[in-house]
Amino acid sequence: ESMQLCSALCVRQCFINNSRTNKLSISFATRRSRGRNYDAELQRCGLEAALVDFGDYHPLKPIMVTDTKTRRGTRKGSTSSSSSSSSSAPPDPLSSMLDGTDPLSMFAAASASETPDLGRRKREKEEEAVGPDFEPWSLKRGEILARFTTTEKLSINLFMGSDRGKATSQGSAVSEKVRTRLEELDDLEEGSQRELLNLSQQDYANRIEELNQSLKEAWSSDQKVKALKIVIQCSKLLSDTSVIQFYPSKFVLITDILDTFGRLVYDRIWTMCSDPRPLPDNFTVEDVNDTAKETCLNWFYKIASIRELLPRLYVEAAILKCNRFLNKSAIQETLPRLTAMIRGIGDPLVAAYARAYLCRVGMEVAPHLKDSLNRNFFDLLGTFRQISSENVRAQLVLQMVEMPEYLTLYSPAISWILQCIAYRAPESLLTEMMERCKKLGNNALLLNSVMRAFRPEFVAARATDFIGMIKDCDEAGFPKHLLFGSLGRSLASADPPESERLTILNEAWKVITKVRSPQDYINCAEIWVEFTCRHFTKREVNTILADIIKHMTPDRAFEDAYPQLQTVIPVQSVELHFQFLLFSVLQERFLPFLDMFQKDSVRVEVCKSIMEVFIKHQVELTRDPVILNAMLHICKTMHDSVNALTLEDEKRSLALLIIGFIRMVSFGRDFEQQLSFCVEARATFCNLEPVLVQLIHTVNQLAMETRRVMRGNHSRKTAAFVRACAAYSFITIPSLSSIFSRLSLYLLSGQVALANQCLSQADAFLKAAVSILPEVPRSISVEGKLRSSESFLLDFINSFLATLLVIPDHPEHGVLYLVRGLLNMVQDYTWEDNSDAKVRVYISALPLLAAMSQETYLYSIPKVDSNETLYGGDPKFLSEINKLCETLIGQILDHLKTLGRDESTRRQGALAFSLFGVLLAHSDLRNNKLSQLAVNLWNLSHKHGYCETRTSVRTLEFIKHQTQQPDMAHLSDMVQRLTLQSRT
Amino acid sequence: MFSGSFILQIVSETSESKYLGLFNKARQKNETVAGVILLICKEALQHHGISLSMEGVVNLQLSSKSVGVFEAFYNSVKPIQLISSNIEVAKAGKIPGGKTEIPFEFPLHTKGNKVLYETYHGVFVNIQYSLRCDMKRSLLAKDLSRSCEFIVHCQPQKSKVIPTPVNFTITPDTLQSREKNSLPKFLIRGHLDATNCVISLPLTGEVVVENSDVPIKSIELQLVRVETCGCAEGYARDATEIQNIQIAEGDVCHGLAIPIYMIFPRLFTCPTLETTNFKVEFEVNVVVVLHDDHLITENFPLKLCRL
Repeated sequence: ESMQLCSALCVRQCFINNSRTNKLSISFATRRSRGRNYDAELQRCGLEAALVDFGDYHPLKPIMVTDTKTRRGTRKGSTSSSSSSSSSAPPDPLSSMLDGTDPLSMFAAASASETPDLGRRKREKEEEAVGPDFEPWSLKRGEILARFTTTEKLSINLFMGSDRGKATSQGSAVSEKVRTRLEELDDLEEGSQRELLNLSQQDYANRIEELNQSLKEAWSSDQKVKALKIVIQCSKLLSDTSVIQFYPSKFVLITDILDTFGRLVYDRIWTMCSDPRPLPDNFTVEDVNDTAKETCLNWFYKIASIRELLPRLYVEAAILKCNRFLNKSAIQETLPRLTAMIRGIGDPLVAAYARAYLCRVGMEVAPHLKDSLNRNFFDLLGTFRQISSENVRAQLVLQMVEMPEYLTLYSPAISWILQCIAYRAPESLLTEMMERCKKLGNNALLLNSVMRAFRPEFVAARATDFIGMIKDCDEAGFPKHLLFGSLGRSLASADPPESERLTILNEAWKVITKVRSPQDYINCAEIWVEFTCRHFTKREVNTILADIIKHMTPDRAFEDAYPQLQTVIPVQSVELHFQFLLFSVLQERFLPFLDMFQKDSVRVEVCKSIMEVFIKHQVELTRDPVILNAMLHICKTMHDSVNALTLEDEKRSLALLIIGFIRMVSFGRDFEQQLSFCVEARATFCNLEPVLVQLIHTVNQLAMETRRVMRGNHSRKTAAFVRACAAYSFITIPSLSSIFSRLSLYLLSGQVALANQCLSQADAFLKAAVSILPEVPRSISVEGKLRSSESFLLDFINSFLATLLVIPDHPEHGVLYLVRGLLNMVQDYTWEDNSDAKVRVYISALPLLAAMSQETYLYSIPKVDSNETLYGGDPKFLSEINKLCETLIGQILDHLKTLGRDESTRRQGALAFSLFGVLLAHSDLRNNKLSQLAVNLWNLSHKHGYCETRTSVRTLEFIKHQTQQPDMAHLSDMVQRLTLQSRT
Repeated sequence: MFSGSFILQIVSETSESKYLGLFNKARQKNETVAGVILLICKEALQHHGISLSMEGVVNLQLSSKSVGVFEAFYNSVKPIQLISSNIEVAKAGKIPGGKTEIPFEFPLHTKGNKVLYETYHGVFVNIQYSLRCDMKRSLLAKDLSRSCEFIVHCQPQKSKVIPTPVNFTITPDTLQSREKNSLPKFLIRGHLDATNCVISLPLTGEVVVENSDVPIKSIELQLVRVETCGCAEGYARDATEIQNIQIAEGDVCHGLAIPIYMIFPRLFTCPTLETTNFKVEFEVNVVVVLHDDHLITENFPLKLCRL
């Protein structure tokens, strides 16, 4: 804005070139400061505008390509048509460098035409690698561990060695705890049995980890048999389905051990054959030496003789990769055999997880062998009826587990298998899978896994089919809302055909709305909100939100569902940028929806996330009363959460969000409305200082905006309005606690008031600023550290001085009332000991006084008469200035003397030099006394050799240059007398 | 006096493993066993000759339950020597300090018209081949000796094996049990791909539980050795388990074929053997354990051979 005044100090540096006007000779007698013609000076020091012919070339100009092909490859899986690039848009310089085809696809095309043999080898390699788009097991692992937990007590039963000495615990007198401890004493010795009872889930995990460790130890101490035993015992644990809820997690823990074992064996055999040089990664059987083969074979013989089915299966699967050492086709032969072997596992859950493990190992070792994956899945389908067998039912009754919960235990395993199958599978295969599921009477569990594992695009394209299947499936055990949840998840990331969308939503919501349990309901509804937001208008969204509120309100059900409800909000808000209408619709729904968050911390979190989205996506300023109302409500909620215990960071982030909102509010030309909004906001957000600061800025901006609209000529009405603005600032500033924000806001508001011709208001602001100067503490905390406030204060005073130039004197007070007031305050302020700050203020006040004595000021405020007009170069005014200057210079010189006494010669030199600079730039050196003073100061500053020679040399050069200017000849005398200190 | 360490070791040519690489070597009559005698000593060592002897023996033992009855046939169970020969490796002399390797090659000459049987470790019948290295020393020092087993695989008995699949059905009616009327109903079908098996290939087949009134607890394959010792006057026949492999655990899905798959363990199996003094035969039992711990066993004699 126009209020950006440069400080008086800068004047000295800016206007190097000098000129005189003939006017000056008149006032010469009374003026000690050099007369200035600022316009001429500015003109002279400005750079000459050179005309350079740039020609046609410009680096930022896009390279024009006449023939552009549309980019290949649409966004993966999107069903919407790719937008063809319009010809008017500037082409991307990178793509336009190449003539249409990108280098990668060129290579691909080239390789396709290569010799068939090479091509085949390449393809083989491609088949083997699993791309990054395959979600790895490590991701699922944590998810499963977190999801399948139990509070039941678990037990580990380990037999090391033979099964003979089976000792069962039959009502032993020793307490369980003691027994556990005694058993801990026995190590994993041959023939020893360890039965650990009463383990919590965490204990269990720890135990397994211990076993993992002892496996590694046994291996490294060359006890291979013991290692194998540990692995066998561990995999045996997987046949135990007591505490069935924990089974998936148990599977994860134990397969970790199996993985470790598999790696150890593989690495050992690998090192055995890397004797002269290490095996290449793609080694063949011929590279493997006989010893390694023999050892490898030994492992397989050993494993083949494991008595029990499950350990034999798991351990062999774990070292599947070792088949590479034996035979080229060994893996290919082993996988189907192991797959068939799983048929022997009676318990469907155990079998499903065994299949998942086999698929996992298979994917790692030989991802191209899809057949056994499919075989696994078909076997799984074949044995599906086992789930409802008598055995399982009896087990569930015994463990008091409901069927739906039991079925969810399958989902990680089945999902994993399907994920492996679906990975880069052709469409036809997926269709076949779907058909097979249909044949099985649309089993809900399967359907669910299919929807989760297959590509969302695939599911979305057949959404109507899936809905039909969901409807048809028998609800025994597996609730339909879970199915709709999975469907919704797919639809959220891929779009179904447009014509079907409404039907899909209707069908889905029909089921969802009937879900009784609030928890189940919200879990499902949450997913569908996103779909709805994406494809439908406010009416549908509103209906859904209303439904959610209806469901969640009874019995305060919402209390348990905060996380889900919370996600509902960002989800809909993310869509805001093209669906901002939401807010306008939600007037009757949105706030009630928010009211469901009754726990303060949760509510504030929700509010914060809404605000973040709002700030991010709201591009245009708004005055929509609905939005304002809603947002004010949200901001108020956030603000009200602030209390004495709130952390600074938290406060800051809240304040930032609220400020973001305030900046978005604009009532356009309705300035009064805007001001009253600020008044309201001030009342609402009184606890957050940064918000108040922002409000003051907003109001100041408002005043300047008014001025701009009125082109500087305020009518009576607008004049009253800007005075109201000033009043707003004036009464708001004192409530701030930070002294420096108060000071700078006073100054800024004063400038604004002045610009709006509110003289008395400006006066009041500046007076207020001066009057609180003594309150400035000597040190303030900056980013948590205590720092001296001196530099901040100096900065402030300098810009304050710059403003003072244009402030006209108050008619009722004396000449230079404010300048004197400021200098008095500076005089009385308790500066730090050993500080030159006070004198520095004096030195910087001199240029101000010099500027004030000019005929025409450097700058002025339009429609405000500064002192130049008020006094019109009155000699009395000038002599006042001169007196003031003399006093200041006297003070400065006194200080210099004191410094000389204190032996602080370095500081003395620096101060003397800066005073010299001021005199040189601003004083009329034709006056002998002044020029003598200048010479003395120069000498003083050079006396102790602390002066930087480079600066001195440049100063001298500058003075010599000045003497070339007209009317500056007198300087040449002085130059003669300024000597450079010679350092010898 | 002799002092310091001394190591005498026989290293077979092929490998560290116990299963020496001699499997394929004993096919021709003039097959040889080759290797190295490794002598490690700190100082020079005086000796009175080093010799190497090879021995192949069938040890027969009567089971304790049979001993009383068949003590009369004691003679027939004394070890049968299949091969025995001796060669001198080094004449009396001195071995320099350090590591000395003496390579050797030993022809497998059988005694008279005796046949070399395959190595077999059983309970009542054991067929073992070993090499022994002896070092004779002066009167004051003890003689030293080391021995090492080597494994003999015979030449194939047949050039080709035509698989003979065997189907089986198990119901309460097919059982030879007194209490078969009290048994619950069940129907188990299956087949073995062959009962004349190649020893290096797995035993394969399928078993299907078509239906069962009682849940099934486990299905196992029991590999049994049947060893017969004796002669024309009388014999002792004992069947013992070699290994038991579980192929199904829990109540398996009805109507679904469960694979039968078993690898014949090395050393503990050999091609089916029938001699005048002893017999080694193998059988496999398909054992179905019902939930109430009823055992249902179907027995299949096997004929093992080597290809």
